[in-house]
Amino acid sequence: MNKVKSIEDLKRIREEALKKRDAKTLSGQKQIIVGMGTVGIAAGARDTLKAILNFIENEKLSDIVVRQTGNIGWDSHEPIVQVIIGEVEKVTYGKVTPEIAVKILKEHVVGGKIVKEYVIEA
Amino acid sequence: MRELALHLLDIAENSISAGSKNIRIEVIEDIQNDRLKMVVQDDGKGMDAETLATITDPFVTSRTTRKVGLGIPLLKAAAEACNGSLKIESASGKGTRVEVEFQRSHIDRMPLGDLVNTMMTLIIGSPEVHWRFKYQVNTETFEFDDEPIKEHLEGVPLSEPAVLSFIREYLEDGIAGIKPAAEY
Repeated sequence: MNKVKSIEDLKRIREEALKKRDAKTLSGQKQIIVGMGTVGIAAGARDTLKAILNFIENEKLSDIVVRQTGNIGWDSHEPIVQVIIGEVEKVTYGKVTPEIAVKILKEHVVGGKIVKEYVIEA
Repeated sequence: MRELALHLLDIAENSISAGSKNIRIEVIEDIQNDRLKMVVQDDGKGMDAETLATITDPFVTSRTTRKVGLGIPLLKAAAEACNGSLKIESASGKGTRVEVEFQRSHIDRMPLGDLVNTMMTLIIGSPEVHWRFKYQVNTETFEFDDEPIKEHLEGVPLSEPAVLSFIREYLEDGIAGIKPAAEY
């Protein structure tokens, strides 16, 4: 039942990822940060992050760095997701459910348009 | 938090905040002896004896942005309600080891929950940490070490879609391969 994951798989993944990166040239790095302090976790931040990773995986979105951070300091707005695209000021979203996270990915991270209704600071 | 895997995530977040370079997580289901044990061991900044003595007090936290930290005290209470315990060993500059144990079959024991999701969050979200994970059911074990993966990727980010699939499937297969059919 255990599919053996091999070093060969990793080498192939690496080559494919590098090929894509060359084709893109400097597209402006995209970063998504999810607050993963105790309050964030209790409010569902792990499932929000899961939805983000699933979307990236399913839509095969390259060049997005996903990070977690400790308590951001907006307890009543958890789960918190921050989006940074290139040199532009970071946008902070609050009460980000998995569904809202997917919307933010589609419209902001991919589409370049901030999803205003969930912004708590920009 | 109604999942042990979420508490595991919370403890590991403390390890990350403590500046750990290496974090090892163990989940051990000993069905014969009816025990469920989770261990998080790090090499972060650790705590002095005074802080350690008060760490399970809900009104103590080393965080400065907010005054109340509830993660550890809540988990300790949950473990003690299930004939278990929570122990912390720590020394300044030497790291911290948190061990929590439950009576596995206890009616109030929280379900283990989504271990894959917790490990993915940690591995992808904090790639600067060297993560090791062990899941054991009786004598069968699944071990995961992210260092060889990072070495072979040579700088390709872990959040690349193909890498996400690789790590997720590796964890899913490894855990599902030994997970007991029934939670209790």
